[in-house]
Amino acid sequence: MTVWRAIGRFQMAIMGLSVLLCAPSSLRAQDTTAGKKVYVKWCAGCHGETGAGDGPAAAYMLPRPRNFTGAIYKIRTTASGQLPTDADMMRAIDEGLPGSAMPAWKGRLSDADRRAVLAYLKTFSSFFADTSQHVVELKFGSAPGGGSGAEALKVGRQFYDSIGCRKCHGDQGRGDGPSAPTLKDDAGFPIFAADLHQSWRFRGGASVEDVYRRLRTGLDGTPMPSFADLIDQKFLTDEQLWRLAQYVRSLSPARTPEVRDVIHAPRVGGGGGGGRGAGGTLPTAPDDSAWARVDRYWFPLVGQVIRKSRWFVPAIAGVWVQAVHDGQAVAVRVSWDDRSQSPDTAWLPFEKRVLETVASDDSGTSGAGLWPDQLALQFPRRIPAGMERPYFLMGTETDPVYQWRWVSSPAGGRVVAGLARGLERFDTLAGAEGAPGARSSYDHGEWRVVFTRSLATPDTANELQFEPGRAIPVAFFAWDGSSGEHGTRLAVSTWYFLALDQPTPPRVFISPVVAMALTLGLGVMVVLRAQRRGTAGSRG
Amino acid sequence: MRKLGSIAAVAVGVGVVGLAAWTRQPPQGGATIAGNIKFTGAKPANPKIDMTEEPKCKAKYQAPPTEEVVVVNPNGTLANVFVYVKSGLPATYKAPAPAGSVTLDQDGCRYHPHVLGIMVGQNLEIKNSDGILHNIKAKGTKNRPFNISQPTTMTSTRTFTAPEVMVPLECNVHGWMHAWLGVLAHPFYGVSGSNGGFSIKGLPPGTYTIEAWHEKYGTQTATVTVTGSETKAQDFTFAAK
Repeated sequence: MTVWRAIGRFQMAIMGLSVLLCAPSSLRAQDTTAGKKVYVKWCAGCHGETGAGDGPAAAYMLPRPRNFTGAIYKIRTTASGQLPTDADMMRAIDEGLPGSAMPAWKGRLSDADRRAVLAYLKTFSSFFADTSQHVVELKFGSAPGGGSGAEALKVGRQFYDSIGCRKCHGDQGRGDGPSAPTLKDDAGFPIFAADLHQSWRFRGGASVEDVYRRLRTGLDGTPMPSFADLIDQKFLTDEQLWRLAQYVRSLSPARTPEVRDVIHAPRVGGGGGGGRGAGGTLPTAPDDSAWARVDRYWFPLVGQVIRKSRWFVPAIAGVWVQAVHDGQAVAVRVSWDDRSQSPDTAWLPFEKRVLETVASDDSGTSGAGLWPDQLALQFPRRIPAGMERPYFLMGTETDPVYQWRWVSSPAGGRVVAGLARGLERFDTLAGAEGAPGARSSYDHGEWRVVFTRSLATPDTANELQFEPGRAIPVAFFAWDGSSGEHGTRLAVSTWYFLALDQPTPPRVFISPVVAMALTLGLGVMVVLRAQRRGTAGSRG
Repeated sequence: MRKLGSIAAVAVGVGVVGLAAWTRQPPQGGATIAGNIKFTGAKPANPKIDMTEEPKCKAKYQAPPTEEVVVVNPNGTLANVFVYVKSGLPATYKAPAPAGSVTLDQDGCRYHPHVLGIMVGQNLEIKNSDGILHNIKAKGTKNRPFNISQPTTMTSTRTFTAPEVMVPLECNVHGWMHAWLGVLAHPFYGVSGSNGGFSIKGLPPGTYTIEAWHEKYGTQTATVTVTGSETKAQDFTFAAK
């Protein structure tokens, strides 16, 4: 009896083992319930229950979430038209798609969940089950050396021009080429040519290798084609394509700009100190060479999604800010990438398509129009004593903020100062004596505006009085008119600080020496005392 | 000896049958369906193309070029209508892809032809005669889409794997450039040309659903029965919208 039972147990164990050994592979291929669970919980909100890229949030997005039913993927290591590899899809899940609403899921979802959801995504298109589809991961080699040298970049630039990159990406790479306003993705939604000065927003990654891969494979579903046929037919060597990738990469900062809280404004001119060699006089022209010697600070902007009508698709990703002062006046230079010098009739059809694509939460908002570009610099009316600051989103009725608003015009632009009491109300300040000045230039997809104002003005109640050595709250707002941005449809920042450097007083250099001497003296005293006590103790 | 002979006869017989099976062609017939694409109503104006950005293309035109959404011929017929056998062929029907290729030319920043047909597996030669940057994007849904760049005078070859009417082709550098490609598993299709006529030749006897497709006016169908080597007439009429 016990023998039979033992044999029975043994048989069951064998059966169990064989189930364990054989079943998982077949289960893995078919059972996608685990993946579906993850998908419904985390992905369907944007990508839709059926994977058609039409979840409830999709209508507010640009670019729209991926429609999985066509199995068309931008970021691949395969030739244009081929399916992506599993690793390609997993990279998008793990790392997200920078510059879009797709976040990185590594760390948020377990490895098992991410693998499960990947398997489920593949069920949305019959192409993945089609065994005649060949998925061949391309071999990419590695970048030739000397990629950041002037000679390599010159070669890269030569091909940038000769193979027509500028048609969409523009002469300087800011996505402002002549074809840019006509671009659509495969679903017919408006799409921007990438701004090549913001590599940290490239969907497929910011490295030279990533750029090279996008050139080889193209971004399927978008207007960006594959340049592989050029290499196959020897119109271009592989090295030349690498040089192009290196040139494109060189247009962006070497590293993703770090967001810092405080803008340091060095002091220039007489009055001594500071300056970092920033010339003798306050630079008021946007293209004054002195600006090249002043640190610039990056501030990302996001859509205004607090008040109606909300705006989820801001066209301006952020602003670069520099500031200097000369003890009398302050100059703040704001530069930002904007594909269009609005108002521009060439972009009007694009603007219409954007407004048709992006859902509005307010039926009362106006349609497409020839809006200007705008930029606002915001300060509190007075430097706060503590951390209390007015409401960042343009203050409130009872606690307004002091703003400089610059508005573009075909003639260049103009600036007005005023008090904002919330998004809807802006009261211009009439005082001519405290009025800020602004000079602007637009160059191949970039606005540069220099605001200047005297540190002190007569209207101390409403106009901020700048004081060196204090942390002055500052915030930024930007509108791209050709994307339909005006009123509450804009890009906003939170509060940051502007600090005007003080001339360094002599005590800054002396105090540390004094402090060190004192510490040393004190230390010696303590040691001597302890030694004396020690001797006394051993004697006793 | 007799035994041997019969074995040989069987072997030869098997060989003949095998050879017959191997060389068997699709059931080609001798029937033809031909007709004209008529057009009624006011002829719509095609959008003008602004080629200022492409002087090389612009120089190829005397009068300002237009898009080719609706091309009405001088004789009042409609060009660029794709007419094909939609159904009616035996389910087992299989035709090999012809060795010859189909050419799509980019010349003067327009596609030539504007509407074309191709068989599954047949080579599509995409030619850039302009020597300026074009990209060719195929936006099929049954076929894998692709998007390739041709910044210079060159030819790229691609094939299609599944029947699809139609695969839209477009250039994104020049938003006005559109072409339409009908991909079929059989050779029974035609495109109405500058006299508005089409003909589908070599049809085996049978009853067929013929569809006529136009990029703006949509599709129309007709049922046609052919026998032997007869030619049956079948016209289609599209009306201005």
